[in-house]
Amino acid sequence: MHATNATLPPEERTGPADAAGAPVARLFRSARLYAGSLALPVLIWQLVFFVAPLCFLVAMSFWVVQSYRLVPGFDAGSWAKVYGMSVFWDAYARTFAMAAGAAVLISVLAFPVTYVLAFRLSPAVRRLAMLMLVVPFFTSYLVRAYTWQVFLADDGIVNAALTAIGLPDLTMLNTVFGTFVGYVTLCLPLVILLQLMSVASVDRTLIEAAQNLRCSPMRTVFRVIIPASRVGLTLGATFCFILVFGDFVSPTYLGGGNAPTLGILITDFTKAGNQWPRAAVVAITMIATLLTVAFLAVRFAYKTKGERG
Amino acid sequence: MNRKTNLTRRGVMKGAAAAMLATTGLSGLAPGRAHAGTTELNMLSWYGHAEPEMIAAFEEQHNVRINKKYYVGGDQMLALLAQSPPGTYDIVLSDREYIEQLAAAEMIEPLDPADYPFDDFFPEFQKMPGHWQGDTLLSVMIRFGYLGLSYNEEALSPEDVRSYEILWNERLAGKVGHFDWHLPNYGTVSKSLGHDTPFDLSDAQWQAVQDRTSALKPQAAGFFDYGGVLSSLRSGQVLAVPGIGDWITGVLRRDGAPVNTAIPDEGGLLWAESLSIGRGSRHPELAREFIRYVLSPEGQVKTATLEAYPALLPTKSGWKALAEQNPEEAERQGMVLNGSNALDVLRDGRISLRALPAQQSLDDWNEAWSTYKNL
Repeated sequence: MHATNATLPPEERTGPADAAGAPVARLFRSARLYAGSLALPVLIWQLVFFVAPLCFLVAMSFWVVQSYRLVPGFDAGSWAKVYGMSVFWDAYARTFAMAAGAAVLISVLAFPVTYVLAFRLSPAVRRLAMLMLVVPFFTSYLVRAYTWQVFLADDGIVNAALTAIGLPDLTMLNTVFGTFVGYVTLCLPLVILLQLMSVASVDRTLIEAAQNLRCSPMRTVFRVIIPASRVGLTLGATFCFILVFGDFVSPTYLGGGNAPTLGILITDFTKAGNQWPRAAVVAITMIATLLTVAFLAVRFAYKTKGERG
Repeated sequence: MNRKTNLTRRGVMKGAAAAMLATTGLSGLAPGRAHAGTTELNMLSWYGHAEPEMIAAFEEQHNVRINKKYYVGGDQMLALLAQSPPGTYDIVLSDREYIEQLAAAEMIEPLDPADYPFDDFFPEFQKMPGHWQGDTLLSVMIRFGYLGLSYNEEALSPEDVRSYEILWNERLAGKVGHFDWHLPNYGTVSKSLGHDTPFDLSDAQWQAVQDRTSALKPQAAGFFDYGGVLSSLRSGQVLAVPGIGDWITGVLRRDGAPVNTAIPDEGGLLWAESLSIGRGSRHPELAREFIRYVLSPEGQVKTATLEAYPALLPTKSGWKALAEQNPEEAERQGMVLNGSNALDVLRDGRISLRALPAQQSLDDWNEAWSTYKNL
């Protein structure tokens, strides 16, 4: 909804009229106050459940572990230790690359589905399809990942089907491929829904204009629909990046923990030696990365034509 | 179909375990729901030891309710104890190698050996290293098991698993699973290199163990937790796992899976679980009674056949009772008093105690393991 509002031309955006008398201004002031008080719970929620734990996490990264006990203090040892480990940087690069790869891959996989839903189906069928996209979220992601093991195992369902049609077996479970199957399971429905919000609201007259000017269908997609749906496409890819970057389930249960990601590294630190401060360093680095990526993505998504670069 | 149900069930169980961990977090026990007049005992243990199959009879006999807190791994146990005030836990079940640290951190009470039936123990276990500090008893052994090479019987023969060398064989490319804990993995690789004291290694020997392990990476299918090892052995996704034992394959064999554990010629490791009384326990006499209950023939049979993971027994009367009550399981685990039995490998001198690294720090081993996973 957010996205459609932002794409409206400025004259259609709703806002307070400026030519109003004093009583009207007072009314607006009290209305703003009223609206502000409604937003207060959200602010409190953010402070209590995001800012405060984040501050605690930062503080904990400076604590020390003495005989398995967390002792509050101010010691940058965990930062030096983690940042000095090649394992950490390898895992960081791998996790970033996998998240970026998944964001691109899943966006590309999602777009044709989104396109069909937006332009080729009747509104009733589209609503049904959207409902179907929500259904996977009824089942725990962990259970869905485990179910994939039955399909991807060496003597699993997929290989049985391949053998039946005379093709060689494939190793899929405990590989990066397996991990990506999990990522697609996690993100694809959400990415389609996010893309759909923008793509479905692309101004049809623009498409008709392109066609009247003899623009080929493919060119219409790339020159009209995709640029006009930038917000939804970017947000879809960004959410995908965020979910995959922090995912622990797929790399563990479908990737076999064979290519450790930062999520796996965090559990390693907490399991071995109760090193919560080191885990906190990894977590803070991850949060900083995600905030940066999200900030850049939002900036890109909402950038208007005037402000390039 | 059967497999699918199995996996999904495990998935659900793991989900539940994860949710439990998430909700309890670093906190101690959830408040008990005992009725008036019922005493409460708090127990900290590995998964499965405070299930009704094990504790219901004791709870009834003594009008007591046992509140459980399960941990995953000795480090987590030490962390939970370090973060709880003394007296939080009355009974602590621990692996042998952590007892010394528990005593050093004054988390457990010294015990009176006269309270426990050591005469009934096989001689090998009467003075278990780590459970005693001189003549002071710190913890009472209740069960043990061996770690060697677990394998799929349809893919490998008993002859194949007579040596750990098979792990590096091309037949097992991509088919070796790892239980995700450095100690049993490095311990068995160390045994495979012929180190008699597999955890007491000079830096050169330690380097050799790491190099030999690194050469195993192309063979590795993945790194699994308990549930992951179970399901991947069950499905045939992995065909061999070093450093685990009947505590995992026994569970699968009960289910009819063709998997087994061998102690290769180079030898294996021994794990032992024991019970201690938590420092500051408000009910030390009841905690003592619980330990005596687990060492009674009744308790020993229950712990040998524990649903979560089976184990061997250190007491003669336990072996006798098991042979009477569950001859099939006694036979399967080799707990038969006449003829060759489960103690033979120990008496042959092929078994080393699983222990913490003696010459390197635990941090070094952890880091080496993380590096190996990352290769």
